[in-house]
Amino acid sequence: MSGFWIMLTGALVATCCAVLGCFLVLRRMALVGDAISHAVLPGIAIAFLVSGSRGSFFMLLGAALVGFVAVFLIQLFQSGGVQSDASIGVVFTALFAVGVVLISLNARNIDLDLDCVLFGEIAYVQWNTLEIGALSLGPKAVWLLGLTLLVIAAVVSLFYKQFKLCAFDPALAAALGIPVAVFHYLLMGLVSMATVSSFESVGAVLVVGLLVIPPAAAYLLTDRLGTMIGLAVVIGIVSSVAGYGAAVWLDASIAGCMVCAAGVQFALAFLFSPSHGLVTRRRRLRAAALGGRAG
Amino acid sequence: MLNLLTDPNLRWILLGSMLLGLSGGVIGTFSYLRKQSLIGDTLAHAALPGICIAFMLTGVKSVGLFLVGALLAGAAATLSVTLITRYSRIKPDAAMGIVLSLFFAVGIVLLTRIQHSSYGNQSGLDKFLFGQAASMTSSDLYTLGGVALLLVIACGLLYKEFKLLSFDPGYGRGLGFPMGLLEQLLLGLTTVAVVVGIQAVGVVLVAALLITPAVSARYWTDRLGVMTVLAGLFGALSGAAGAWISSGVSQLPTGPISVLAATACFVASVLFGPRRGLAAKLLGRRSARRRWLAESAGATRANIQAAMQATAQAAVLTDGQANVHDNAHPNVHSAAHANERRASV
Repeated sequence: MSGFWIMLTGALVATCCAVLGCFLVLRRMALVGDAISHAVLPGIAIAFLVSGSRGSFFMLLGAALVGFVAVFLIQLFQSGGVQSDASIGVVFTALFAVGVVLISLNARNIDLDLDCVLFGEIAYVQWNTLEIGALSLGPKAVWLLGLTLLVIAAVVSLFYKQFKLCAFDPALAAALGIPVAVFHYLLMGLVSMATVSSFESVGAVLVVGLLVIPPAAAYLLTDRLGTMIGLAVVIGIVSSVAGYGAAVWLDASIAGCMVCAAGVQFALAFLFSPSHGLVTRRRRLRAAALGGRAG
Repeated sequence: MLNLLTDPNLRWILLGSMLLGLSGGVIGTFSYLRKQSLIGDTLAHAALPGICIAFMLTGVKSVGLFLVGALLAGAAATLSVTLITRYSRIKPDAAMGIVLSLFFAVGIVLLTRIQHSSYGNQSGLDKFLFGQAASMTSSDLYTLGGVALLLVIACGLLYKEFKLLSFDPGYGRGLGFPMGLLEQLLLGLTTVAVVVGIQAVGVVLVAALLITPAVSARYWTDRLGVMTVLAGLFGALSGAAGAWISSGVSQLPTGPISVLAATACFVASVLFGPRRGLAAKLLGRRSARRRWLAESAGATRANIQAAMQATAQAAVLTDGQANVHDNAHPNVHSAAHANERRASV
């Protein structure tokens, strides 16, 4: 049963991340996702100090707010003439440092392990259950992630057309009267939400893996956005199941194995994708060359 | 805090943190100018599996061995980023994200393998994640300080070549410099700076050691030499501040405090840097507006005289419209532009 809950949590994390990651990869903002996943740490710490518990609504709110602040600061410095990746680097390291200082200053009050923030402890998911009366409703993390997934799915499907246009041609979107900035911040808010709900399970660094790797692999397999999102979700779920299996077999970190499984799938797509794979293209070129000679 | 100058142990930590900050700032200048600021972040995360493999193979915890492992892993990481961007349609930022998280995941898997199996002396390996400046031994410090000094000296010796590489590699190739080799060399030096920086501030924050001082220095100057020196200075200062403040307050970790000190440097530079800084921009804007108002008052008088001569009424009208437009966006360029226009009128 514990395996089921862990795989379910992993699959939920992977699904949340994969949907949003597709837009990040298409908009060339993969590293903004990286930055947000680190920058939400002070939000988590402050919300923890205020509310005294983790996995709460406060935590989501606090972290989403700090995610906004991070995105806003990155944009601010960028428009002030700092190179974009440098402004990302300055902002997320500063916020992460604030978070580490807050946590270590309040180490006695915060039951928040820094190792856990970085790696996550998906194995403990099942012990922290949501109970109403005497009825146990399953792990809290599953409910939190399910809620997050619901919000993400609702927002993305409601504004699918707008997100799509903003991802491919922001200038056209602006010309058509779509508030590009609003959708930018909406996407970033969703990314912060996904990061916060999943950091407890997979940790801050590996969220990036699930945000970037499955969408990048899907990007190599298709040219349609809808298909890409679907494939990314499938790849994410496969990685969480395969990763759990590998982790049990190797007796190693579950979250780490999940990202490694995603990496293996990316490598397969990189080499053998029917349209964009390295080996496939080479073979097609050779076939074309041979055919040309024969003809 | 006062015992800093008398306590020999603290003095060593202070010196070590300063040297690490210095080398990070100097190397970071070149990676910032080459628009590769976040390569430090990728290299830092990629170092973890290298360090783990070095430990698993030898079973010894030594800075030198870890350096070798991290160097090899860093080389593999940069190679993978290049391969992914060259042979597929994945963009560089996504490629960096993929490589960073994948290498880190492999590192974590290896780390948990080490922790779960009987490698014995493994405690402290995870200190790499958050830095261990405060618990450095003197032999660690000799190694790290020596490496940091070597980095600075190498940058000093190859200053001219790296300058060419940062600004105009094509011209450098034309002059007969081996640009590809220099690029690899700079990347190697960056990896070394990152690996020694990890000791001070940890994996996540080491990117700040490279980026933040360099970006701050950029606000003060347009000359590479000055920028390099300033970045080194900012780095050393923030390292010293981190060591000093955290030695006074027991719960404060050194690394994050160093990073926050560097961030404070950055904020000060954003606010007060000459020409690029916020204060300088606001002052320049205000004085330009004042000059512009004074001049436009003079110009209006001239225009009235011209109108009294009743020769160029239409020209006055269009000039007035231009004034309204320029006042809506009062900045140096439009004011100067309007001055030119008036001169031509």
